[in-house]
Amino acid sequence: MSSVPKISLEGVKKSFGDKHVLAGVDLDIATGESMVIIGGSGTGKSVLLKCILGLMKPDAGDILIDGKRASTGNRDAFLARFGMLFQGGALFDSLPVWHNVAFRLRQGSDRLSMTDARDLAILKLRRVGLNPDVADMFPAELSGGMQKRVGLARAIAAEPEIIFFDEPTTGLDPIMSGVINELIREIVVEMGATAMTITHDMSSVRAIADKVAMIHDGRVQWTGAIGDIDDSGDPYLDQFINARAEGPIERVR
Amino acid sequence: MIVLNFFHSFLASIGRSTLALLASIGQLTIFTGATLSHIVRGTFYFREFGLQLLRIGYFSLPVVGLTTLFTGGALALQIYAGGARFNAESVVPSIVAIGMVRELGPVLAGLMVAGRVASSIAAELGTMRVTEQIDALTTLSTNPMKYLVVPRVVAATLVMPLLVVVGNIIGVMGGYLVGVGRLGFNSATYIQNTVDFLVIGDVTSGLIKAAVFGFILGLMGCYNGYYSGRGAQGVGQATTNAVVSASILILSVNYLLTELLFPA
Repeated sequence: MSSVPKISLEGVKKSFGDKHVLAGVDLDIATGESMVIIGGSGTGKSVLLKCILGLMKPDAGDILIDGKRASTGNRDAFLARFGMLFQGGALFDSLPVWHNVAFRLRQGSDRLSMTDARDLAILKLRRVGLNPDVADMFPAELSGGMQKRVGLARAIAAEPEIIFFDEPTTGLDPIMSGVINELIREIVVEMGATAMTITHDMSSVRAIADKVAMIHDGRVQWTGAIGDIDDSGDPYLDQFINARAEGPIERVR
Repeated sequence: MIVLNFFHSFLASIGRSTLALLASIGQLTIFTGATLSHIVRGTFYFREFGLQLLRIGYFSLPVVGLTTLFTGGALALQIYAGGARFNAESVVPSIVAIGMVRELGPVLAGLMVAGRVASSIAAELGTMRVTEQIDALTTLSTNPMKYLVVPRVVAATLVMPLLVVVGNIIGVMGGYLVGVGRLGFNSATYIQNTVDFLVIGDVTSGLIKAAVFGFILGLMGCYNGYYSGRGAQGVGQATTNAVVSASILILSVNYLLTELLFPA
């Protein structure tokens, strides 16, 4: 494993008006590692992801990819290294499924022909357990679980080095959640990609994570290997993973 | 003391509204500049552009056609009734033609297409914003301004003059049908008067207005959708704002263009 982290966050801060969502996040993710970020709703997990991707500009701090500042260099080349599965799938309604999956492959100067892009899309759809018949359907015709799978196929279509998963199992039944978790784990290992997942779902955490980081109050409260999560001795993490109402994390009643 | 507090909060609310207005104007100016700069540089998505030509142009034909047909007819009746007071009924064909081509054709088409298209663009882009599809485009190395905004604004700008040409012809035909069928004009004389009094400047001024209105309605649809608030309420508000702002801008810019093209 390389000594330079794949993703390195140094004192990342982001506020919205008076609300300090990220108050100085420090976190390293090694190459090929699957990091899962947990934390209560509104603690800035999605904001952190968007800051890394450049969808939001942090107020302070550094975001380094392979030791280089994310905000410098060619933006398209930077984004080409990432794949992302959005919480709601974020599939393009107006395009058929195969076009959604192959979207990135049809952009830029070295884009694939329609036939090659379609073939590759069908291959990726098969990889996530979907029948080729789905390729010509529109996203609105698919169930929630199928949409997540299509989103996953799109995220991996260009074989990115880094994949982000934003709440991959939200809104799915436990069986479908298990299937998606398994797929994510398999694909990340198979591709050797660095993965960063945001979730509240503890079954996802245990299925996907190599390492876990808990965000609380705008900072990383605890980080460590998945094997250490139950014996961390951190009262915040204990309360969160055991879903206890009583504890140091304030509740909104 | 109570009066002073009231005065203070009144001033504060004026200040807040002014700041919000200035911020919106600034954001719209930056958005317009970004749209224009993306039109002239980088990738142009021809497939998206073609789709928008169809959606904005072809599918707006019935709305524009029906609006101008009935307006042309009503205009003929009004001018006939008004002209009768000065024994000037014979001006109906020429006034209908000039009124439609210079003013009513572009303005009515602009307002109708704003209602149909600006709202639809705002709702579509607003939903894409809410469902993170715009963020997804960015992560897929595709600039949303180039992929979503430029094709819609360019298509609206180019297709509006064509819609207005069709609307003008149908509007004049509406006047003709009422003039000949209801007001007793001779068919050949009506057509002759229409053609004789219309000059090329009347037509081109209407087409210039149409292109500007197309740009405005495309831009306002995209701007309001792109910066839509969260949730169903945010998208609904964006849709309303798109139609209201496009309509007001079309009417005010119409006055300015008329001053510019036909100075008194």
